[in-house]
Amino acid sequence: MTACPILSIAIFAPWAGALLLALVPRASPALSRALALVASLSTLLAGFSAIARFDPNAAGYQLVERHAWVSALNAHYCLGLDGLSLVLVLLTGIVAPAGLLASWRQPREVRLFGILYLVLQGCALGVFLALDFFHWFLFWELSLIPAFFLIKLWGGPGASRAAYQFVIYTLAGSAFLLLGFVALFVASGSLDFDELSRLAATGGLSNRLAALGGFWPKAVFLGVFLGLAVKVPLFPFHTWLPPAYAEAPAGVSMFLTGVMSKMGVYGFLRILWPIFPSEIHAAATPLLWLALGGVVLGAFAALRQRDLKRMIAYSSINHVSYCLLALFAVAAGPLKSAAVASSALGGAILQMFNHGLSASALFLCVGVLEARGGGRRGIGDFGGARSAAPVFAGLCGIAMFSSIGLPGLNGFVGEFLIFRGVFGIVPWAAATACMGVLVTALFYLTFWQRVFHGPRAGVSAGAFPDIAGADRVALAILVALMFLFGIAPQLLVGLFNPLVTAWAGGLPTP
Amino acid sequence: MRLLPWTIYLSLAGAMLSLAAGRRSAAAARWVALGTAAAAWGLVLAAATGFSPSALPQTLVDLDWIPSMGGRYHLAADGISMTLLVLTGLAATAGILFSWNIGERTGEFFAFYLTLIAGVYGVFLSADALLFFVFYELAIVPKYFLIAIWGSTNREYGAMKLALYSFAGSALVLAGLLWAYATGGAHSFALADLASAAARFPAGQQVAMFALVFFGFAVLAGLFPFHTWAPTGHVAAPTGASMLLAGVVMKLGAYGCLRVAMPLFPAGLAFWQPAIAWLAIIGILYAGLVALVQDDCKFVIGYSSVSHMGFVMLGLAAANPRAVAGAVLQMFSHGVIAGLLFAVVGRMVYDRTHTRRLGDLRLLALYRLLPFAATVFVIAGLASMGFPGFSGFPAELSILMGAWQASPLWAAAAALGVLIAAAFTLRVVQLTFFGGSGSRETPAASAALPPISWPERTGALLLIGAAVVIGLKPDLLLNWIVPSLQSPLFKAVIKGGAP
Repeated sequence: MTACPILSIAIFAPWAGALLLALVPRASPALSRALALVASLSTLLAGFSAIARFDPNAAGYQLVERHAWVSALNAHYCLGLDGLSLVLVLLTGIVAPAGLLASWRQPREVRLFGILYLVLQGCALGVFLALDFFHWFLFWELSLIPAFFLIKLWGGPGASRAAYQFVIYTLAGSAFLLLGFVALFVASGSLDFDELSRLAATGGLSNRLAALGGFWPKAVFLGVFLGLAVKVPLFPFHTWLPPAYAEAPAGVSMFLTGVMSKMGVYGFLRILWPIFPSEIHAAATPLLWLALGGVVLGAFAALRQRDLKRMIAYSSINHVSYCLLALFAVAAGPLKSAAVASSALGGAILQMFNHGLSASALFLCVGVLEARGGGRRGIGDFGGARSAAPVFAGLCGIAMFSSIGLPGLNGFVGEFLIFRGVFGIVPWAAATACMGVLVTALFYLTFWQRVFHGPRAGVSAGAFPDIAGADRVALAILVALMFLFGIAPQLLVGLFNPLVTAWAGGLPTP
Repeated sequence: MRLLPWTIYLSLAGAMLSLAAGRRSAAAARWVALGTAAAAWGLVLAAATGFSPSALPQTLVDLDWIPSMGGRYHLAADGISMTLLVLTGLAATAGILFSWNIGERTGEFFAFYLTLIAGVYGVFLSADALLFFVFYELAIVPKYFLIAIWGSTNREYGAMKLALYSFAGSALVLAGLLWAYATGGAHSFALADLASAAARFPAGQQVAMFALVFFGFAVLAGLFPFHTWAPTGHVAAPTGASMLLAGVVMKLGAYGCLRVAMPLFPAGLAFWQPAIAWLAIIGILYAGLVALVQDDCKFVIGYSSVSHMGFVMLGLAAANPRAVAGAVLQMFSHGVIAGLLFAVVGRMVYDRTHTRRLGDLRLLALYRLLPFAATVFVIAGLASMGFPGFSGFPAELSILMGAWQASPLWAAAAALGVLIAAAFTLRVVQLTFFGGSGSRETPAASAALPPISWPERTGALLLIGAAVVIGLKPDLLLNWIVPSLQSPLFKAVIKGGAP
């Protein structure tokens, strides 16, 4: 117990900002934007003050807040932080304000946009910090609603359908997830992630679930798995993603890909793996194939997109699948040493952060192109933009290379660690995944070449001023961070390395 | 606590008074009705603050009534009654706020309305089966007039169907009770007496009696396939009456099942348990699917009520403390949420646009014209979908947990219902308020909708407040409900580990 409930403050600060916006009905658009940005930046502040109190070498959760909540369900108000959550809180603190900056010129119903955006930000933080299912699920579900309206009301022509599809898919997953936890609670009497994983580590949970007989123990695992897999999304549960990311306004796509897709991966690391270690081990080979499907097919799908936003959307599927590839490889075993496991897992966490930075930067760039083209964002609608907008071209190119995984930029370290780890455990999977890297380079270079090189054509043939204002600030900050974490990844790795070492140390090695 | 019976007397007096006041002015009748309902609710809340939960119902009044039959005027309250009394007060008050625009025969409207409320309070307080039955009938009769006189679409049909179903149901209940009383040699209609009389019957006879009483009550709870009165009745009724119908009247049926049928005939429940559970599940799924394809948004809400009441019946059928506690919580939750949904659709939207067809509404993009109504409908929709943070979530979660304990298959099938509820709710929210995304301008014809009035705002905030408070702090009610399930009367029926 700490004197200052820093984690509660982190979650409620954006919500307080939303409430403030709601209570100022006559706020001008400029004031609304400024208020939303300030409230959004609170997360970064909370993240830094959490780092100040955080001891990376201590085991278990820190800054824990725990209060009784619903006695009949043994549910608690329970927040806690470890290296994994901390990295994601920082990511949210970076991506969310950047998304608001990217929406600076968004003219319609600015106040409502800010309110929904801040509510969404608070929900994401809650997901990363809550440690009791009852508490966690509240944020997990609630996050859908602001996301739904942000896509639907501010999105492109097909936004209604995309938003509906997104929510229905995710809710379907949630229904299975809920059922899984119903079963876990009836079996164990607890909804606490930590307690459940301790029970699972002793094998007690599997035994109790086995008492159900028949297909039911497997169904419980599958239920939780499905709920999380849809959110990530893991191939083949990804079909909601391209339309949702493509139809959403750029600032919202940035948040969706930067933060919300991490909620699913986080769920795999925090919930599925610790609570169902033996089940995930047994299913590891098919799961590896699914992750590879995301890596390879995601990249190929991105290659054949003509719509730039959909291209980045598919590349997100590809990048996020690396994280799960690492996890499934570790679960599959057998591990020659704990080092490969900690390399893969550390890489996965780093990749979550890095993908958040680079994908949101790329959505920002595509958003700029889309705004210039009045909604047109096909790869053939542009040409030679580099000569008209050199700064924009340069920053966009750096974001692409970060996403490809060029050494010196942030993307490299995470993917390198993942490949090193996965090669040490399941070489064939790592070899197959290499194809994804190759194709990624191919489609990004195509994007770069067609849009920025050659003679000026299409939208960029006319007046095409360089990137300016809030967009420029946001993109420059994101690119600067790519360099920072590319050159000094230790800044992040130091936060979660002891945690990953402890995870790897707990795994069976010969 | 001692003042609780006055909720009944106060409501009856208010009914007379508003009838008289209505002869002078409609406004007077409204204020009398609102004052009465609020005062009765105040009595309940005052009693609630001093209520200490116990296993046995706490007797409030116990007088001789019909000595020759052993009927007593016995009123008592336990945690289950308290939960539903709080709901009744809330739903009645909010319903009056949403009936503020009733201009035709206003005094009579509120007289019927408050009589119905008196009957409902009476049912939730009765500890004697005969008295229970009398109040039950008292609640059914005014319902018919409320719909037949002040209703809309197909009102004669809706009112008649509802009345016939209700009376058929109560006839079954009465037959079952009299059978148990007469052949069992009970000396009174006290539930404990009847239960000990019924316990002497052979199992086969208990099975038959249980079926009469349980399914008789289940008609009013909207159990599939006896639910068809509900959507037509809800749609035909004026807004305030729809709110009461879904909010409390359907609860009377479920309450009767729990309070009378289950404790009296434990062997009957054991026999019928799987059948009831599956009927409840079919109801959840079928009504949800039907709601998914309706074109009249009030029908969507009507069928959603049937679907949600299916969860209550599933909780009762699972018959373990977790599930039954969840079922009682769901009765409260559905009462609040269905009331809110009907208020938006019936009062805020229909009374302004004069259409409930989703095909028409979607062209209006109403969220620009009625942002308050849109916000309320979104919140009510979330609550109805069982989103965490609202009262439906802890209720459905407990029911699912209890049902899983009884049979994983039941829980799995019912969880599918949660998903269907999400689909039809999103659809109706989307089409009612957020259609017309293509055209940014507002059709001229709908530009001048009257603004949302203060009674509507107050009523909506009351209901939302209740759904959120109980959603975030379900212990407020569960701490009342759970001890009541330890009552000796429930000992033979509600089995399994403590929640």
